[in-house]
Amino acid sequence: MNVVVCVKQIPDPADPGQMDPETRTLKRDVKLILDESDSYGVEMGLQLVDAAGEGEVVLVSMVPNNEVSGLRTALAMGAGSAVLVSDEALAGSDALSTAKVLAAAIRRCEADLIITATESSDGYTGTVPVQIAELLDLPSATFAKSIEIDGDVAKVQRQTEDGYDEIECSLPCVVSVTAGVVEPRYPSFKGIMAAKNKPVDELDLAALGIDPATVGWAGARQEIVDIAEAPAGEAGEIIHDEGDAHERILAFLDDLKIL
Amino acid sequence: MPQLQTTYPRPPSSFLSDDHDDFRRTVASFVEREIRPNADAWEQDGQCSRELYAKAGAAGFLGLRYDPELGGSGLDFMATCVLAEELAKGDSIGTAVALMAQSEFALAILADEASDELKAAWMAPAIAGELIGAIGVSEPDAGSDVAAITTRARRDGGDYVISGQKTFISNGTRADFITLAVRTGEAGPRGISLVVFPTDTPGFEVGRRLDKLGARASDTGELFFDECRIPATNLVGEEGHGLRYILSHFGGERLVIAAFAVGIMERLIELGLDYAGSREVFGGPILGLQTWRHRFAEMATRLEATRLLAHHAARLLSDHEPPGDMAVSMAKLHAADAVQFVAAEVLQLHGGFGQMEESPIPRYYRDVAGFSIGAGTSEIMRELIARALI
Repeated sequence: MNVVVCVKQIPDPADPGQMDPETRTLKRDVKLILDESDSYGVEMGLQLVDAAGEGEVVLVSMVPNNEVSGLRTALAMGAGSAVLVSDEALAGSDALSTAKVLAAAIRRCEADLIITATESSDGYTGTVPVQIAELLDLPSATFAKSIEIDGDVAKVQRQTEDGYDEIECSLPCVVSVTAGVVEPRYPSFKGIMAAKNKPVDELDLAALGIDPATVGWAGARQEIVDIAEAPAGEAGEIIHDEGDAHERILAFLDDLKIL
Repeated sequence: MPQLQTTYPRPPSSFLSDDHDDFRRTVASFVEREIRPNADAWEQDGQCSRELYAKAGAAGFLGLRYDPELGGSGLDFMATCVLAEELAKGDSIGTAVALMAQSEFALAILADEASDELKAAWMAPAIAGELIGAIGVSEPDAGSDVAAITTRARRDGGDYVISGQKTFISNGTRADFITLAVRTGEAGPRGISLVVFPTDTPGFEVGRRLDKLGARASDTGELFFDECRIPATNLVGEEGHGLRYILSHFGGERLVIAAFAVGIMERLIELGLDYAGSREVFGGPILGLQTWRHRFAEMATRLEATRLLAHHAARLLSDHEPPGDMAVSMAKLHAADAVQFVAAEVLQLHGGFGQMEESPIPRYYRDVAGFSIGAGTSEIMRELIARALI
């Protein structure tokens, strides 16, 4: 069973870069790491391949430069190979452009299943998974908390506000997985060393037959019109108990619609 | 106002590669997810969870230097340094001790001297984290003076019959096996041997779990052996060579202590910088006061000196260079002094807050007290350095 996992390399959230005032996007000229939300998809993929007893996890990713350090982390976890679309013209790509490029790369892999995160930790659009499915004309399941393969069918538990839906998709399909549903394994030192020798197939847009004018800044149909500092956290309310503290706490929670 | 720093600006080490840096991230993430959230509970319980060994085994932490055939990674002491430096930052040195007592202390001699059968039976599952191991040397009347041990192993046909007592044994209260120093021959240094001792052997008993000043999440036990019969094939290497095996493998243990100190100093300086940047006194942050700025400079200098000595020693030990023994003695001696200095300084910096158990500062202060004692006292380190010099 071959599982394609879409992964994104992002600036380290623990050491975030700055916003570019010109483009109003995150500066990405720092060392990139594997988006932690993708590590769950990688783990899920590895577990499904293990359960199938054959096949491998193939990573698919895109960057405007040829950065691979985040991919190496996923390869060190156990993914078998990677396809990296690397082209300067990709800088500034919006969600749909991203989906187009990833879908074109996925077409080159013989995927039985395509896994993504529900959204990236730096862009947060959450739209790429279903766009990929649409472009590939494949069924899509979102917010999966578990995936089980049964013959030609993926049985997915789809997280909802009230619980979960049990759905089935014929393979191949695109499934986005939520964070925290599996425990991503730690890349061991042996895995880190082995990752250096795993194949990373680097492709530019020309190799995928994509017109550079349709992606990146040139092709973006979304525009970030403004960015603003997040408001500083406001001081909380201190309730001094004068015999009615419990009522005031209940009223406070009621206002928040928690109760 | 000086910029608030929460990450210690670790300089690149010429001894380490990009792979080591990647591995450091793996260990840091393990510490963040598996150790720090549980540190308070494990310190209270007097031991970390048994499950942690399995998780550490799966991440490859318990067999870094050992044969890949046994599940190890075939690396050298540089990787050990990175592992120990990062494990020490989980606010529970006891947990770090518990894992390294397995991977470095209990297994190192077996890796070099044990038979293939013993390695397959005990090392492989210990590297995977399925079994817990300990090294049993110290006795009530034999600490630094290893040659004075009296726990006796009497040969009886195809068996050894063991009687005696051990104390201060890390992982001792729940180890599945002990790499055990026993007296098989005459009094003195030539009568000592090592055996692999399975703790389900009849006649073996765990006494008290010892209540310690620091490293409280590492269970430390006293052990009693009453006519315990084990197969003679559990002998490690040759009879009568035990002391040589022990002394020649102390280097790894001492290096681990030095690397722990490096990690702790990084963590303490980060905590200190964070606090000093936000705590205002007399109208400004503590970090603006020259008295503390210079004390941070002193702490960082002692940290970097320790790191260089430790990494230098790790390189020499890995290359089996004879000066490695002197270098590791210097590294441990210096590390203990430096980390005790930094712990005291950071506690002083935090004032009243530094004495509150809700902060990790007092725990580190207690934990590092043992650094000038365990794995060879600072007095013994000076003597070893002097012997190499004079």
